[in-house]
Amino acid sequence: MNEQSRNFWSGVRAEVPLLIGVFPFGLIYGALALNSGLPPVAAQLMSSIVFAGSSQFIAAQLFHDTAPGFVIVLTIAVVNLRHALYSASLAPYVASLSIRWKALLSYLLTDEAYAPSVIHYEKEGVTTYGHWFFLGAGFALWFTWQVSTAVGVFLGSAIPESWSLDFALPLTFIAMVVPVLKNRAAVAAALSAGVTALLAYSLPYKLGLILAALVGIVVGTLLEGQKEKAGME
Amino acid sequence: MNNIWLVMIAGGLITFGIRFSFIYLFGKFHIPETVRKALHYVPPAVLSAIVFPELMLHNGALDLSLENHRLLAGLVAVIVAWFSRNTLVTILVGMVALFVLQWLM
Repeated sequence: MNEQSRNFWSGVRAEVPLLIGVFPFGLIYGALALNSGLPPVAAQLMSSIVFAGSSQFIAAQLFHDTAPGFVIVLTIAVVNLRHALYSASLAPYVASLSIRWKALLSYLLTDEAYAPSVIHYEKEGVTTYGHWFFLGAGFALWFTWQVSTAVGVFLGSAIPESWSLDFALPLTFIAMVVPVLKNRAAVAAALSAGVTALLAYSLPYKLGLILAALVGIVVGTLLEGQKEKAGME
Repeated sequence: MNNIWLVMIAGGLITFGIRFSFIYLFGKFHIPETVRKALHYVPPAVLSAIVFPELMLHNGALDLSLENHRLLAGLVAVIVAWFSRNTLVTILVGMVALFVLQWLM
C-alpha cells in the first residue's frame, strides 16, 4: 500500500468510533426533516449541501415553523460559527497544500472530522501525506452522513431511543479529550470551558458552545503565559 | 414564501465559507504568536464544552445526582480513557456502563 492510501485508511479507522454515534444522529435527522415537511430530495441534499448536523436539525425545525428564509440562513451561519475555530486550528497544518485540496478539506471540516485530524497533526506534525489522513476521516464521515440520512428518510424513526446510541458521541469526545490533558493549562482550559458551557447552555443557537470554547482557550493561553514568565517551563 | 433550495444553497455556501476562512487566509497575513499558542487549547476547550452539558444536564437542568446515569457512565469512560488511551475501548466500556446502570436502576 502506498503512503497516500495508508494515511487515508488510518484516517478512516480513526473516524470509525465516531461513526457509531453519527449514524443514529443522521438517521434521526432524516426522519425529523421529513416530518418537518421538507421534500425527501431536499432532506437528503441538505446533508451534502449544508453538511453540518446540528444546523440541519435546526434548519428543518425552522422550516417546519415557517420561519423566513433569511432567519434560517442566519441561524445556520451562527450555529456553524465554531467551525471558524477549527479552520484556524488546522490552517497551519494544511498551509502548503493546493487551493483545491484546501477547498476539499474545508468542505469536509465538521466537528467529527476535526477532532481526529487535529489530534493526528498534533502527534505527527506536518507530514508529506498527512492530509490524506484528514481526507480519510472527513470522507468516512461524509459517506456515513449521506447513507444514514437516506436510511432515516426512508425508514423514519427506526432505532429505538432506549438503545441510547447517541451516547457514543460524547464518549468519543471523552476518549479524545482525556489524552490531550497533558499539563495544568490544558486541564484548566477544559474545566473552564466545560463549566462555562453548563452556565451558558440556555443561550440560543449554540452560542453557549462558542462562548465556552473561547473562555477555555483564553484561560489555557493565559496560564501558559504565566508559567513562562515564572520560568517553570 | 420559503424557497427551501435557496435557503439550503445560501446556508451551504456560508458554512463552507466559515470552514474555508482561516485555511484560505493562512500565510496571507501574519498570525501572532499568542494566537498560534491559543490554537493548542481549541481541542480541550471545544471537546469539553460539548461533553460537560451532555453528561451533566438533564432536560436543560443541572443533574449531579447518582440518578444521572450518563454522568456516571461518562466518569467511568474518563477513567478508562486515562488508563487505556484507546478510543474504542473507552466507548465500549462507557456504553456497557450506561446499559448496566439503566438496567440496575
